[in-house]
Amino acid sequence: MSESIINEQEEAIKVDYEKGNFSFPEDYTYDAGTGLNEETVAYISKVKNEAEWVKEFRLKALEIFNKKPMPTHWASKDLENIVFDNIRYYLSKGQKPSRTWDEVPDDVKETFERLGIPEQERKFLAGVEAQFDSEAAYSRMKEDLEKEGVIFVGSTEGLEKYPEIFRPYFGKVIPSADNKFSALNSAVFSGGSFIYVPKGVKLKQPLQAYFRINAENFGQFERTLIIADEGSEITYMEGCTAPKFETATLHSAVVELVALKNAKIQYITVQNWSNNVFNLVTKRAHAEENAEVKWIDCNIGSRLTMKYPGVVLKGRKARGEVLSIALANDGQHQDTGAKMIHLADETSSNIISKSISIGKGRSTYRGQVHMPKHLKNCKNNTECDALLINTNSRTDTYPAITTRGEGNTVQHEASVSKVSAEQIFYMMQRGLSEGEAMSLAVNGFVNDLLKAFPMEYSVELKRLIDMEMEGSVG
Amino acid sequence: MNTTVNTHTTANALEPQWLLDRRNSGNETYSNLPVPSAKDENWRFASVLSEDIDAFKSAPMPEDHAIDYALSNSKLVEDPIAELIFVDDHLVQSKPLPKELIDKGVRFLSLNEAIEDHSHLLEPYFLKDSTRLGSQKYFGLHASNVKAGAVLYVPKGVEINEPIAVYHWSNTDKGLICPHTLIIAEAQSKVSLIDVLASTTEENRCLNISASNIQGHPSANIYRKVIQNFNSKTLSFQLDSAIADRDTQLENIAINLGAAKARYENQIKINGSGAHVTMYSLSVAEETQEFDQRTFQTHNAPNSVSDLLYKNALFDTSRTIFSGLIQVEEGAQQTDAYQTNRNLLLDQRADANALPGLEILANDVKCSHGATTGNIDEDELFYMLSRGIPHRVAMQLIVLGFFEEIIEKLGSDSLAENIRKLLEEKFASKIKS
Repeated sequence: MSESIINEQEEAIKVDYEKGNFSFPEDYTYDAGTGLNEETVAYISKVKNEAEWVKEFRLKALEIFNKKPMPTHWASKDLENIVFDNIRYYLSKGQKPSRTWDEVPDDVKETFERLGIPEQERKFLAGVEAQFDSEAAYSRMKEDLEKEGVIFVGSTEGLEKYPEIFRPYFGKVIPSADNKFSALNSAVFSGGSFIYVPKGVKLKQPLQAYFRINAENFGQFERTLIIADEGSEITYMEGCTAPKFETATLHSAVVELVALKNAKIQYITVQNWSNNVFNLVTKRAHAEENAEVKWIDCNIGSRLTMKYPGVVLKGRKARGEVLSIALANDGQHQDTGAKMIHLADETSSNIISKSISIGKGRSTYRGQVHMPKHLKNCKNNTECDALLINTNSRTDTYPAITTRGEGNTVQHEASVSKVSAEQIFYMMQRGLSEGEAMSLAVNGFVNDLLKAFPMEYSVELKRLIDMEMEGSVG
Repeated sequence: MNTTVNTHTTANALEPQWLLDRRNSGNETYSNLPVPSAKDENWRFASVLSEDIDAFKSAPMPEDHAIDYALSNSKLVEDPIAELIFVDDHLVQSKPLPKELIDKGVRFLSLNEAIEDHSHLLEPYFLKDSTRLGSQKYFGLHASNVKAGAVLYVPKGVEINEPIAVYHWSNTDKGLICPHTLIIAEAQSKVSLIDVLASTTEENRCLNISASNIQGHPSANIYRKVIQNFNSKTLSFQLDSAIADRDTQLENIAINLGAAKARYENQIKINGSGAHVTMYSLSVAEETQEFDQRTFQTHNAPNSVSDLLYKNALFDTSRTIFSGLIQVEEGAQQTDAYQTNRNLLLDQRADANALPGLEILANDVKCSHGATTGNIDEDELFYMLSRGIPHRVAMQLIVLGFFEEIIEKLGSDSLAENIRKLLEEKFASKIKS
């Protein structure tokens, strides 16, 4: 292969590495300062003009947060490096969520321009909820969705305008006391999406939101609640990019999904925070009778990610699925996994996790499958495959499986492998460079999962993987 | 030639200083460490130990009828080449090794004998390290109290083809026994040892804290089996550790049938390349029994194999916990490490927990773990019923078949047959038509 053709190819697949690596001067109308105490929480609640019960909810969560110890007896000691006093818990432009593109401030618009949001929308997205720092800066839905009664708003607006819909489920799937970081989120949450899909409404196109962190030492605590009423269907996508900063930032979200009878929810995440972000997220879904919840989770960025999407299978024949891809490069620890709590007969769950460790990267799978007594004919299948690229790469697997009851079957399998020398030799013999061959092999490893992602996501993911693989060979 | 021993010496003041030091530090560990709670990762899913451990005390020399019972029932291993029988940690009978093996330098001694005459042999290994799987506190108690057990030393190049047997019987209510087994197999040696743990009555509630330590030197071939068949009142801890060196062949089999609560910890460390280690276990849990199994396979050297298979059958409201970890250290390339846990639920109230874990720090390895839990396959049952086999017999056949994979690895037809009999007895009352 001649030099020019290679160059041409490289040009063709070239990714703008600096994409996402920029920020604008900070000028925030509201700023709760650094550190966390009751005043900070009260301040956030006041700025947001919240009802008394929301404020109470926040203060109670703060109390729980202060009481709970760090989970370092099982989790990474790296958590101890988070200095909660150095974090800003609330920032906002003080603006109401905008309805039209024209109302969005210019600098915010420019940020989104670089992220490609308008284009995405032009293409086929039904609605865009783009969160800039804490508040939803831009929020719009196509008229046909509004006509069907779909509610797609930010967390503040959701609790203020539709308490009768959201309050019964808010904080119920993931109680504040679930873990230290869900308590933190419950105390200081801002932004995120609240979505309600009415009975029988099937959204053909995915809803999408982008999150960015854009202030140094600023943790982002968005709160998402999706309720799919009986027989409805929704796909939600979130993609994350964040500019690089010098000190560690904290992202701690809470995502609650409720799939009522016969409903289907698919939640897709592509996480690509910069390598100094602590990404500690709690995600859980309730699935009622015959409902289906699918988490598709892809973790590429961050310094430490701890995320174990879960499905509580509450109704007969409910189905839960977690498909996850994790890529850990030097200095990264992807601690991901899944939880499947079976609480009704004939429920089934499936977990497929693929992780790739490059250089000194460490990827960990932690899982929990729980089938209590008196349940019949439940099924779980778990597969964890790990690929190790370099001699000093690391992978861990820690599943926990509890089974009781009649006719229940559980199977768990994990394997660890490396890219075989034969594969690489074969490809190099046909003219690919070692790096290209490695990239191709890695993409092959995750290919069956990538297919589960929507088209433009899988293209983006493929590029991200190529990018991460760069320089890992030789 | 059997010698009945009538006198017994307790752990005495004439013990060497190093041993007194280790006993003291064991006692300190026991007193200082808190009682483990389920919050500790090493005790996840385990039920809380509410019992007052200090209420269990070493028992005096048992009465003759207990000794007679023990002697006449120590029959699980047929034709052992040497044998030690203990009741409540008191040596009641020993069958020494044949003279030609003693002449070759093989030693098979009761612990007291070994402490008195072969202190130098014990010092490098005895009570030196506890397992790192959560029971350090109880290992401390073992270290400060241990006075019974077997020490087996096989010199370089000596091969012993017949099995050696050690029986430990518990006889007293609220009695504490601390059996210890130490196997030192020098290079190119070969040996097989079977420990049997049992109770003389159905009623005596005893606390067993046994420990074993295997030192496998290069190219040694060691086969260790342990059969735990205490009565259903017993609390039992078995804390086993082993080290395998270059080209060591080490085979472990644990048969777990008895006790109210039995915790079995087994950790192996592979320090030399070419080692091949297997860890098999078979457990039958019934009534409210709890089997808590924690394993640890560490690969510190490249090109070694470890293979673990733990099978459990659960009746009634019994519980099992399997928690295993494979750790492949940096540089331990070309490691093959496997870990499999299979649970057969025979009652919908039974509860099987599996925590199979991997920590891999090298990239050129073959590692896998698998855990499955399920009920009896209806198709298999139907097949047998349709051929006229009664339901009860069919169930028994399936459960025995489930365990056959482990039993056939026992390597001795007579022992396998004896274990099958024990299992059948246990099933007879369980599997109803």
